Amino acid sequence: MVKERAIPAPLVNPETEAFWAAAKDGKFLIKRCTACGKAHWYPRGVCPHCFSEKTEWVPASGRGTIYSVSVMKRAPEVYAVAYVTLEEGPTMMTNIVECDFDKVAIGDKVVVTWRPTKDDGPPYPQFKPA
Amino acid sequence: MSIKGTAYIAGAYEHPTRLAKDKSVAQLHAESAVGALADAGLTKDDVDGYFCAGDAPGLGPLAMADYMNLKLRHLDSTDVGGCSYISHVAHAAEAIATGKCKVALITLAGRPRSEGHSGATPRVRGADAPDTQWEFPTGIATVNAYAMCAARHMYEFGTTSEQLAWVKVAASHHAQHNPHAMLRDVVTVQQVVESPLIATPLHRMDCCVVSDGGGALVVVAPEIARSLKRPLVKVIGAGESMKGQMGGAVDLTYSAAVRSGPAAFAEAGVKPTDIKYASIYDSFTITVVMQIEDLGFCAKGQGGRFVADGNLISGVGKLPFNTDGGGLCNNHPANRGGITKVIEAVRQLRGEAHPAVQVKNCDIALAHGTGGLLGSRHGAATLIMERE
Ligand SMILES: [Zn+2]
Repeated sequence: MVKERAIPAPLVNPETEAFWAAAKDGKFLIKRCTACGKAHWYPRGVCPHCFSEKTEWVPASGRGTIYSVSVMKRAPEVYAVAYVTLEEGPTMMTNIVECDFDKVAIGDKVVVTWRPTKDDGPPYPQFKPA
Repeated sequence: MSIKGTAYIAGAYEHPTRLAKDKSVAQLHAESAVGALADAGLTKDDVDGYFCAGDAPGLGPLAMADYMNLKLRHLDSTDVGGCSYISHVAHAAEAIATGKCKVALITLAGRPRSEGHSGATPRVRGADAPDTQWEFPTGIATVNAYAMCAARHMYEFGTTSEQLAWVKVAASHHAQHNPHAMLRDVVTVQQVVESPLIATPLHRMDCCVVSDGGGALVVVAPEIARSLKRPLVKVIGAGESMKGQMGGAVDLTYSAAVRSGPAAFAEAGVKPTDIKYASIYDSFTITVVMQIEDLGFCAKGQGGRFVADGNLISGVGKLPFNTDGGGLCNNHPANRGGITKVIEAVRQLRGEAHPAVQVKNCDIALAHGTGGLLGSRHGAATLIMERE
């Protein structure tokens, strides 16, 4: 097993605390706008598509496809940053873990997995090969 | 309304240091200001407008303006990362055009080399920024953000590491003539692609240098420019924009230059084929390839083919770029390459570039930059200048 990088704790604020609270139960939520119907990422109280303030938390499947990925070689623990396009539409910045860093590639199917964060922060969503 | 012809770049100075262990950042700003004012033939007391960005220590422009004891009518600390100083030239021209100032000083300085900052280390760009809690935990740094653009460009358009390497090769051909450049050895495509991978697919030689240093510009009203004994470098067009993740509709294949570029060309009334010399921000090789496409020097997706085979080398290719050696070989002070892009364009328009890289009949030049991270959210600024 590869030694993984310690993950900084996300700085939770009132706009986002519901996401991180659900994360503790392993639930992956995204925000959807009830005015225009579109999902977005990162989660906001104001819809970035139509500017409605009627956004709501909805469960996401946690499945997606790698849009781009880069393996950071110049680090104490090698890690992969990526953009993953979720089944629900939005593309999010994340990490790919539990993968072969020499083979991980754009187009790979992935699924969410949670990792603990430093300072007893909430779990952080990363993705592994599906 | 247009800024075309409303202002001239009368002074340009690049601090010669690349390692400034014995100086402060404020001192480097002030020394750069001294150099640019001397270059213009003006004094500190002529300055009535001051521009700086986030590299300036203290609150906005206040600390540096006070350090230099300036008497100001106009202040602007627009910060859009490394391209801020390109925007500042345009903002200075706007301020001059509307009578807010007549002599605008722009400074940049920093010592990331002495302080041990590199683009491989994740850093928080505002703990309370709305994206930080989602993105900082990923270990997003500078190099891997740009690397994701490169990976996608390769996937979509078939761009190769060898094509990216040509950008570095061209910069190294120019840097051999610059005595101040950090890296003066001419390198080959093979050397670039065999240098260690930093963040896939980018190699060490795809990345710019980390250097201490600074730079300054003096932008003046037309009547002042004509009273000075310097060649006349006129501001004829500018554009700025930004691009982010569009609520999750992420598209890494293009930059905000698709908006800043056309705006600058329209204002200047020129086309990409009129540009004799281009300073293109080269934080990484991929940055150059994407911006060349987005500015219209070639079609989208063709940037890799365009830069190959020496097409960016002065005297060899169609688009001489970064004839000082750019960020890839010469200098990247404060990890912000915007001001050196304008400085080398001014040298080219004045005919003061190194003779080995001076572009013949260089009458129209462009300087373009990005700020922030091309792979997450970034600013873009384009400036077009003409030798009068
Ligand atoms: Zn909406």
